[in-house]
Amino acid sequence: MSAPAKIVLSDVHKSFGKKVVLDGVDLSIQKGESVVVIGGSGTGKSVMLKSILGILRPERGSIKVDGEEVIGMRSRDRDRMMLKFGMLFQGAALFDSLRVWENVAFGLIQGRGMNRVQARDIAVEKLAAVGLAESAGELFPAELSGGMQKRVALARAIATSPEIIFFDEPTTGLDPIMADVINDLIVKCTKELGATTLSITHDMASARKIADRIAMLYKGRLIWVGPAKDIDHSGNEFVDQFIHGRADGPIKMELRA
Amino acid sequence: MDFLATIGRVFLAFLSHVGRLSAFTGTAVSHIVRPPFYPRLTLRAMVEIGYYSLPVVGLTAVFTGMVLALQSYSGFSRFAAEGAVATVVVLSVTRELAPVLAGLMVAGRIGASMAAEIGTMRVTEQIDALTTLSTNPFKYLVAPRLLAGLLMVPCLVLVADIIGVFGGYIVGVYKLGFNPSSYLARTWEYLEPLDVISGLTKAAVFGFLISLMGCYHGYYSRGGAQGVGAATTNSVVSAAIMILIFNYVITALYFGK
Repeated sequence: MSAPAKIVLSDVHKSFGKKVVLDGVDLSIQKGESVVVIGGSGTGKSVMLKSILGILRPERGSIKVDGEEVIGMRSRDRDRMMLKFGMLFQGAALFDSLRVWENVAFGLIQGRGMNRVQARDIAVEKLAAVGLAESAGELFPAELSGGMQKRVALARAIATSPEIIFFDEPTTGLDPIMADVINDLIVKCTKELGATTLSITHDMASARKIADRIAMLYKGRLIWVGPAKDIDHSGNEFVDQFIHGRADGPIKMELRA
Repeated sequence: MDFLATIGRVFLAFLSHVGRLSAFTGTAVSHIVRPPFYPRLTLRAMVEIGYYSLPVVGLTAVFTGMVLALQSYSGFSRFAAEGAVATVVVLSVTRELAPVLAGLMVAGRIGASMAAEIGTMRVTEQIDALTTLSTNPFKYLVAPRLLAGLLMVPCLVLVADIIGVFGGYIVGVYKLGFNPSSYLARTWEYLEPLDVISGLTKAAVFGFLISLMGCYHGYYSRGGAQGVGAATTNSVVSAAIMILIFNYVITALYFGK
């Protein structure tokens, strides 16, 4: 009998007004697995992540983390549940009023009640893991380049050694070399932690590098899910068009929302 | 029919707004009294509101007291009641002008700054990041600011009371030729504790409302810079309107017989 899945989404629906964003999403992620969800802009990838985190509340369906239902969870229980999670946001989402090391140590100090001295030591260690010197810890986020901000965000995401890590467009806005550096760091850090990861991206190089399995979201539904190595011969014309970045094909750009 | 539909839509939007504000207020207040608490953040907000608003509130108070002395002297001299200048200054300042003008000045300075800061955190996903770091945004961002507003605006108004009366004294003694000791005696003669207490009650309510409006509009801001700008404007306008409304309500409760 196989181990129970770490994260299970069943028939998840989410709309904003008349716009249906998630239209019955089903996805199961095993412990230690790295799943990447690909799809065009506005297909609901971020909404799916935020629904799992409880930041958005789906109208219908079920989302379970370690067998515990997330939808409708009480605020106190959600705070407890969040201790399992780490997340790297698309724009890094660093707290600009705090120094870099305080950003990295935030989850340890505020979420786990660790004292500042001990948390600072761990923050410096995590900064080193993403290739940043201790001196960078004294800077404010505004003093860092985009690539460095992403590294700090990654250090923050792994600082609490979470069981589950979400990556929201981890390489967007970075040059190809820095994007590859971030991909390598993601693979290295998550393997070291043995974490379960769910990433969303439309960068195929990133998806190929970090995924065990890839799922494609289109019009609120997962239209293809399979091993990363099978992505080039998926037999799905939507997937083929997307991964090759062709303008012609079944996916049409919507000119109106 | 379109006209009626428009009225209906506006009314429903208003009700939805009131409901959301009520829920926001209830949640925020419940987080003020439930641990964990953030004394360092509360202290920082208290310094921001109390200390850094002191110059602008002091300047407003001193000139208000001075103008009031001049105006009341000019008006009262028409029916030989110049002797009431000191009493009019102290009652007007403590009951009305110090709390209302300090409230409006703090709404412009602090309410706008809170809305801009929290609004920027919202649109750059920093508030979502707080959630993923097991930190409740209401506890971390809203509760300290509400508490600081509630406590510090009365302190500011107490200082404004003294400075406002001092402004009236300066004009009364050095420009209008009142005897210093008789001006001071007149100031104290008709002043009752309730005059000051009613002003401080208003200040506490105004402080809470200013912080509430700043946090509420910032928390629900959408979009980018334009959304944050709108949140800032809305926080100042709504705080100013609420100050004027609650000023009447509290005055009626204290002095309406």
